[in-house]
Amino acid sequence: MPLTPAVTDLEQLKDRPIVAALLAWNQSAVAGAKFDRNELSIYVARENIRGAIAHLKAVGLIEFLSDLTCADFYPREPRFELAYHLLSISRKERVRLKVKLSGDDPVIESVTPVWPSANFFEREIFDLFGIRFLGHPYLRRIMLPEDWEGHPLRKDYPVEGFR
Amino acid sequence: MGHLTANPVIDTTGDRTMILNMGPQHPSTHGVLRLLLEIDGEAIVRMMPDIGFLHTGIEKTCEAKFYQQVVPLTDRIDYLCPMVNNLCYVLAVEKLLGLEIPPRAVWMRVLLAELQRISSHLVWLGTHAMDIGAMSVFLYCFREREDLLRIYEMVSGQRMMTSYFRIGGLAMEPPIGFFKTVKKFVDAFPERVDEYESLLTGNRIFIDRLKGVAPISKEDALAMGVTGPALRASGVDWDIRRDMPYCGYEKFSFKVPVAKEGDVWARYLCRVQELRESQKICIQTLEGMPSGSIKAEAPKVVLPDREKMKTQMEALIYHFKIVTEGFTVPAGEVYQAIESPRGEMGYYVVSDGTAKPLRVHMRSPSFANLQALPKMCEGRLIADAVAAIGSIDIVLGEIDR
Repeated sequence: MPLTPAVTDLEQLKDRPIVAALLAWNQSAVAGAKFDRNELSIYVARENIRGAIAHLKAVGLIEFLSDLTCADFYPREPRFELAYHLLSISRKERVRLKVKLSGDDPVIESVTPVWPSANFFEREIFDLFGIRFLGHPYLRRIMLPEDWEGHPLRKDYPVEGFR
Repeated sequence: MGHLTANPVIDTTGDRTMILNMGPQHPSTHGVLRLLLEIDGEAIVRMMPDIGFLHTGIEKTCEAKFYQQVVPLTDRIDYLCPMVNNLCYVLAVEKLLGLEIPPRAVWMRVLLAELQRISSHLVWLGTHAMDIGAMSVFLYCFREREDLLRIYEMVSGQRMMTSYFRIGGLAMEPPIGFFKTVKKFVDAFPERVDEYESLLTGNRIFIDRLKGVAPISKEDALAMGVTGPALRASGVDWDIRRDMPYCGYEKFSFKVPVAKEGDVWARYLCRVQELRESQKICIQTLEGMPSGSIKAEAPKVVLPDREKMKTQMEALIYHFKIVTEGFTVPAGEVYQAIESPRGEMGYYVVSDGTAKPLRVHMRSPSFANLQALPKMCEGRLIADAVAAIGSIDIVLGEIDR
């Protein structure tokens, strides 16, 4: 399918069920939305992420947390963008919630109390990006040894050579 | 024999428990998985998986490679079904590029992905049965897997790390006699599955060892992120191939096996049924295989044919440019999920408009499925944990990446 320009106007996207549900729940939590390459992304304010995900689960719009990961846009600030990939099995629809995090204060609420499956994913992000998740039951390194220094998936960490 | 697999009585009040290390060098952990077990006699009180022994930083390496150079890295993630990983990655990048793939390449991809599902399930069946104590099944399964490895070698030159899929199509046209070899294999395959089933499905020792062991409820499975046959065995009728089709799967008819019990036995039945369904898809692809090109019409992305390179100036220039400086991908992000033999395989690729990906994240099904293992095993016997590990079919390469 040839590429079409992304829709970034919240007004045009507010009729989609998940955008509408989030707007009805807390208008200030939605910082923006994007519809690009047939995928819907919703930017959520950092302090609202657990509430937003819990709300979508409670109203039955989301039945599964597929994936949780992060990307580092260093040297841009806010450098981190967390991506929560959610899935509705009954409506056969995916949505991505995104949160921007700054480099000097990479802390966010954990969603493990809402979705236990986020446990390993959050530990992986903590390990490789150095983002801390408040309220996580067991936030320790998962891939690297306990005494490893630095967080390899950050862009200021070299691919090879001495760190 | 039900009394042996029933919930044992656990005393957590006293100091009767001890810590036991299972792995990372335990044969039934299927790789280098370390399980920390708190046990009370033979019963598991708590279980904690410890992973990361195979971590090689593939995601970081991807960020330093051109888009086309990432394909061989994806082979190494899940080494039992490399082409499925290739497929997921190339679909993600093609989505970023907005590329249209010719039908022959699409059908070849489906054919090879299903053959990979069969060979991956064969390894699972052989090793799972061996963990339980049925030694001979392993030999039967690897006999057929050998045939499949020869098929992969025919098409790509490699038995295991095939790297056969390319962004925009396939590496090369399948060789003469390829479809005949595949046809011979898939025609004989249902009989082979009957053979495995005659060894296991009616086997009373096998049934007693699996039935009612390590069950997980539908709600727990969804909450813990379980996907694939393990989720379907818990009663969730969800298969990405049928429900959110990718790569032309909507053109094929197949059943999705679902069970209700959620125990090891149900997972066994679901996977064996999937062997038969994959064979049906293979037959359909062979019957309807379209002719035509195996590469998309995108000279800036797809390497030109060797002949054109020798005769046309433009083809030579494009070849030089792709090989030396890669091709740029419009900025954006995609999450492409496909149904791997183990569950939902997802690639999250972020592009910043350059020739190298800004981020490649693999959502591997084993990684999420492993989280559910303590839920399945706690309060049960150590021997049941061995059955449970086999039943979720983990590959440590894709857990640690």
